[in-house]
Amino acid sequence: MAVLSFERKYRVRGGTLIGGDLFDFWVGPFFVGFFGVTTVFFSALGTILILVGASWQGTFNPWLIHIQAPDIAYGLGLAPLRDGGLWQVITICAVGAFVSWALREVEICRKLGMGYHVPFAFGVAIFAFVTLNVFRPMLMGAWGHAFPYGIFSHLDWVSNTGYAYLHFHYNPAHMLAVTLFFTTTLALALHGALILSAANPERGEEAKLPDMEDTFFRDFIGYSIGTLGIHRLGFLLAINAGFWSAVCIIISGPLWTQGWPEWWNWWLTLPIWPEVDAAGAFDLGEATRAAAGATTATGGQ
Amino acid sequence: MASLWPEYQNVFTQVQVQGPPEMGVTPAGADLRDRTRGTGFSTLIGLIGNAQLGPIYLGVYGVVSIVTGTLWLNIIGFNMLAQVDWSIPEFLRQLFWLALEPPSPQYGLRMPPLHDGGWYMIASFLLLVSVLSWWVRSYSLAKMHRMGKHVALAFGAAIWLFLVLGLFRPILMGSWSEMVPYGIFPHLDWTTAFSIRYGNLYYNPFHCLSIVFLYGSVLLFAMHGATILACTRYGADRELEQIYDRGTATERASLFWRWTMGFNASMEGVHRWAWWFAVLTPITGGIGILLTGTVVDNWFIWAQEHSFAPSYLEPYGYEAYVPAGASVVVGGE
Repeated sequence: MAVLSFERKYRVRGGTLIGGDLFDFWVGPFFVGFFGVTTVFFSALGTILILVGASWQGTFNPWLIHIQAPDIAYGLGLAPLRDGGLWQVITICAVGAFVSWALREVEICRKLGMGYHVPFAFGVAIFAFVTLNVFRPMLMGAWGHAFPYGIFSHLDWVSNTGYAYLHFHYNPAHMLAVTLFFTTTLALALHGALILSAANPERGEEAKLPDMEDTFFRDFIGYSIGTLGIHRLGFLLAINAGFWSAVCIIISGPLWTQGWPEWWNWWLTLPIWPEVDAAGAFDLGEATRAAAGATTATGGQ
Repeated sequence: MASLWPEYQNVFTQVQVQGPPEMGVTPAGADLRDRTRGTGFSTLIGLIGNAQLGPIYLGVYGVVSIVTGTLWLNIIGFNMLAQVDWSIPEFLRQLFWLALEPPSPQYGLRMPPLHDGGWYMIASFLLLVSVLSWWVRSYSLAKMHRMGKHVALAFGAAIWLFLVLGLFRPILMGSWSEMVPYGIFPHLDWTTAFSIRYGNLYYNPFHCLSIVFLYGSVLLFAMHGATILACTRYGADRELEQIYDRGTATERASLFWRWTMGFNASMEGVHRWAWWFAVLTPITGGIGILLTGTVVDNWFIWAQEHSFAPSYLEPYGYEAYVPAGASVVVGGE
C-alpha cells in the first residue's frame, strides 16, 4: 500500500529548495527530491566505510565494531585511512546525511503546507552531534577528542571523557540537560496516557473530548496545560534537552579543564557568606571540606 | 511557497483571551466538596499553555499525600540544618552538598538510631506513603471520570523504579544502607559510586535499554510536538477529535512522516508509541538496578564473559582489570 486512500491529492509538484522538479517524485512511500539523493549517497557511503572499518578490525559483531577517531598527534590534520582517516570520512558522510535529511524534511513541509518545526527540532539534534564531533575537537585542537563510532566503544568514550573531569554529574549544563531529558519523558508519559485514557474510556462509555482532558488534569494536579500547550511544552523541553547536552560538552575542555566538582567553589566562596573574610581564607567546615575536597564518588558508602 | 519563513509557527500564544474559569465536567457521583473553588490566571504560563490555574480535586488521598510529602521534605531540611549547626547562611551555602544519608551498613534491615539513618528511614516511609497516595488519585480520578487507567499505569511504572531503588533491592542486598541519599550532589555521588562499584553500568544491558527508551522518548516528543505544532493551522492540536474523525491535519501529519521515513503512526497510534517508550524507561531501568549487586557483581566482566566488551589496540586502562594469564576475573573491585 504505497499510496494511502487520501494521499493522491496531496502528492503535488513543487516546494523543492533545489533542483526544480528534477527529483520531484516518490519511490514507494518515500519522497525523493535532490536531498533524498544526497541522503542516500552519504548514508550508503558512510555505511560501506563502517563495514570496511569492521573488516579491517576483523569483526562484524555489531556490538564490537569500532571506528576510532585519529590519534591526538594528528591534531586537526588529515590522518591515514587506517589510522583515523576512515573516521574522518565517515564523519563527513554523517553530517552530510543528517543535513540532507533535514533539508528534505523542509521540502516535504513545503509540499504539505506545514510549519518547519520538525526540521528545526532535528537541526538541534544535528547541532548536538556537530558540537561533539566537530566544534569541540576543533576548539581543543585535535580530532582525537571526538567519540568513536561503535556501540559499546562510544560508551567507553563517554565514561572516559566524564571521568576526565572527575565527576561529570557536577557539570551544571549536564545537570540541566539530564533534568530536561527526564522531564520530557515524564511529560510524554502523561500526554500519551491522557490521550489514550480519553480515547479508550471504561467499557460502555462514550469516547471523551478535550473538556475531559482538562477536567482530569485539573482534578489531578490543579493545572491542565491544554491540547495545544502540551505540544509546545514537549517540543521546547525536547529541543532544550538536546541543546543543553551540546552546551555541557562544549564547555568541558574548551572552557573548563578541571574537575567539575571544583567549578562549584565559586558558590562556596561568594563574598556574601558571613564566615568568609576579605582575603578569601575561610574555614569550610568538615562537611564542605569532605564534599569540595574529596569530590570523588565516595558518596553513598 | 514564496517565503522560506512563514509567519505562523505557533510556538507562543499571540493574543490571550480571558473568560470565566472552566470548573470542569462534573461526573455523576462526584463529591464536589473535594474540588477547590478558587482559580487563578497566569498570563506568563498563558504564553505556552492554558492560563488558568486550578481548580484541584484533593480528597482524602490528596491531603494525605501533601502532608506526608511536606513532612518528608521538612525532615530532610531540618536534618541538613542540624548538620550546619542551625546556621541559615551555611544551610544556603552548602545546600547542594548537604545530605540526609541512609543508615550505616551495620544495621542491616533493622531500624537504626535516629542520628544514624533513623530520620532517613522515617522520611523514606513518609515519601512512600505520599507517592502511593498520589498514585491512588491517578486511579480513582480516572475511575470517577470513567476514563482509561493509562495515567495510573504509567505512574505505576515510575513507582516500580522508585520501589526497586528504595525497597526491593535494599531488601535483596540485606541492608537499608543501599538506599539513595537525599541531597542534590549526594544522590549524584551515589549514582556514580554505584556505577563504579559494579564495574560500569554502561555495560548493563537493561541500563542500555532504559537509556534508549529515555532518548527515544525525547526524540518522540520532539517529533510529535513538532508535527502537531507544524499542523496547528489545520487544527492538529484537536487530537481527540482527529482520532475519532480524521481531518486534513492528521492527513498532512501522517504523510509528512510517510514521505520522510516510509512509515507513519495514526493520530491515536503515536500516543501508544509515546506511552510505551516513556513507560519502558523506568521499567527497564528498574530491572537493571534490581539485577545489580544481586545477580551481577561487575557488569564489565559480565560483558567480557558475554563477548560484547570492546577491546582496543591502544591501551585503554583495562589492563588493571585482567591479570596476566587470566581470561576472566572474579571479584574485580
